[in-house]
Amino acid sequence: MTRSTVTRTMTSANNLAPAPAVATSGDRAPRKKSRNSAAMIGGRKGIVWRSAIAVVVAVIMAFPLYWMVVVAFSPRGEVFEPTLRFWPSAWTTENFQRVFELYPVATWFGNSVVIGLFVTFFTVIVNLLAGYAFARLRFRGRNVLFLLTLATMMIPIQAIMVAQFRLVSGLGIYGSYWGVILPGAAAAFGIFLARQFFIGIPDEIVEAAKIDGAGQIRIFLQVVLPLSKPLIAVLILLTLMGSWNDFAWPLIALSDNQLFTLPIGLLYLQNQTAPNYNATMALALISVIPVVVLFLSFQRYFVQGFARSGIR
Amino acid sequence: MTALTARGRGSAALSPRPRAARRAARLRESLVGWGFLAPNLALMAIFLFLPILWALQLSFQDSQGFGSPEWVGLKNYARLIGDPVFWQSFGNTIVFTILTVPITMVGGLGLAVLMNSVLPARGVFRTLIVLPMVISGVASGMIATIIFYQSNGIINKVLSAVGLNPVAWQSEGWPALISVVIVAIWLRIGFNMIIYLAGLQGIEPELYEAARIDGAGRWQQLRSITVPLVGPSTFFLLIMNVIASFQVFDLIFVMTGGGPGNSTSVLVTYAYRNGFQIREQGYGAAIGIVILVITLLFTLVQWRTSRMRDQVG
Repeated sequence: MTRSTVTRTMTSANNLAPAPAVATSGDRAPRKKSRNSAAMIGGRKGIVWRSAIAVVVAVIMAFPLYWMVVVAFSPRGEVFEPTLRFWPSAWTTENFQRVFELYPVATWFGNSVVIGLFVTFFTVIVNLLAGYAFARLRFRGRNVLFLLTLATMMIPIQAIMVAQFRLVSGLGIYGSYWGVILPGAAAAFGIFLARQFFIGIPDEIVEAAKIDGAGQIRIFLQVVLPLSKPLIAVLILLTLMGSWNDFAWPLIALSDNQLFTLPIGLLYLQNQTAPNYNATMALALISVIPVVVLFLSFQRYFVQGFARSGIR
Repeated sequence: MTALTARGRGSAALSPRPRAARRAARLRESLVGWGFLAPNLALMAIFLFLPILWALQLSFQDSQGFGSPEWVGLKNYARLIGDPVFWQSFGNTIVFTILTVPITMVGGLGLAVLMNSVLPARGVFRTLIVLPMVISGVASGMIATIIFYQSNGIINKVLSAVGLNPVAWQSEGWPALISVVIVAIWLRIGFNMIIYLAGLQGIEPELYEAARIDGAGRWQQLRSITVPLVGPSTFFLLIMNVIASFQVFDLIFVMTGGGPGNSTSVLVTYAYRNGFQIREQGYGAAIGIVILVITLLFTLVQWRTSRMRDQVG
């Protein structure tokens, strides 16, 4: 039963424990091995061709982000003038000034931060507890519950949003931070990451603690958690990013302009009667920078997390 | 709690009836297990299972806005069957999935092979390919709106500059759908590459060596070693990509809003439109139930297949 696909493939995607360098930017660790297998696939002969392809791909992948920056710093309307240009005629910060003047951008940013931190706090705790139960505790109904939890990952919010909207209204938390935070914490993907990690912890460590007379709760808090820092890092980063970028549910649950998160604020800008695309890109850039910085600083954790949880 | 457990353990060792003691220990472990799961179960019950039941109930009602709901039996579902926009959204969902999934997966494998080979500045390339994954769907959609802008967007300007006709990305159905497909691939290909890269690094280099000694060319090595050996990754990605495509919302909502006409409307955006824009919440809930059923069917097929694979492999 527990051998369901997602877990199976996640195992095959490799084991979490000692942070294997799957595809991190750091070329340090994996270099030797990859170089070996690389030599098998093509050797050094095609290196020019491969580099050329890589450059083309990289340019295509980077272009939209580059263009966001260009539009954000261009004089208003310039990008839609008939002249073809890949560079602003003059770099300007007027779009940023405008967007801060006209909209409560700082408030939106703060909302995103507050909601992100709360969602992350609750989600990570729930995920750790549930993942540990599924991985290392034996109890009646475990497999069925695990299957059920798996299935919830597949449910798109749009399937139940009407009912969820009524539920949140009924609970009296519609239009408040909690209306976004609590449903957000019901996300299950981290449970699988956690379960996978906890399964990988050697039995001897847990058994030794048991012989010393520790109960499950103490084992979890004092033995397992201190060993789980990489897992916790991955969970925090992925949950934070997911919440920061979340759109569909906040769109429904937030009606007050002062409570908007950045993605909803972005939509609000675009929905103005005469949308100012330069201002929109300025706000988009503001909303994107924190996740990009987080990603570049902790790339290894992100990549590991992606590889195992399969979000997106 | 710890003290309790410890004492229980002590008495179990001394107990004249070990079976009863063992049963007590198992019960205790069960309680601990359920305790660890309780927060998760509570959240799932309140914010997922309850809404599912409620959605089911709503789908049998005629409720526009907040007026008192009226029980209409299967009327909403009957209306679905006769609703051309529903079928168009259904068809678009399928077309979108068929267009995005294979390209993303083949492209992801290609990039993984490339990134697994000798390459200068490989880390930089990898980072650039993975980076779009962390960009929100809303921001991506807005950037794309500007890039694909019909009158003097950068793509159409470049097309004109090289002597081609500009494309009606926003006023014609197919180009609009294609533009969303392109952005979805851009967002997801990095994820596919990561998974394949992990799969590739598990392949023994000796296999390629042996194949080369047998005179296999590069293409043959790819076909008879690489592709079969990344099978598990392929299976995993297939599921993940199909689900992601089936649920594509942010991009379409921001880029096209389902238009022009209904040519990029998909099931999830159509459900949203009925639930929150037209405010026919009963009908919206019925569409949601259909989405749910399709998702569950797909999940079931996937479990079946994986069990079969377990037995075969």
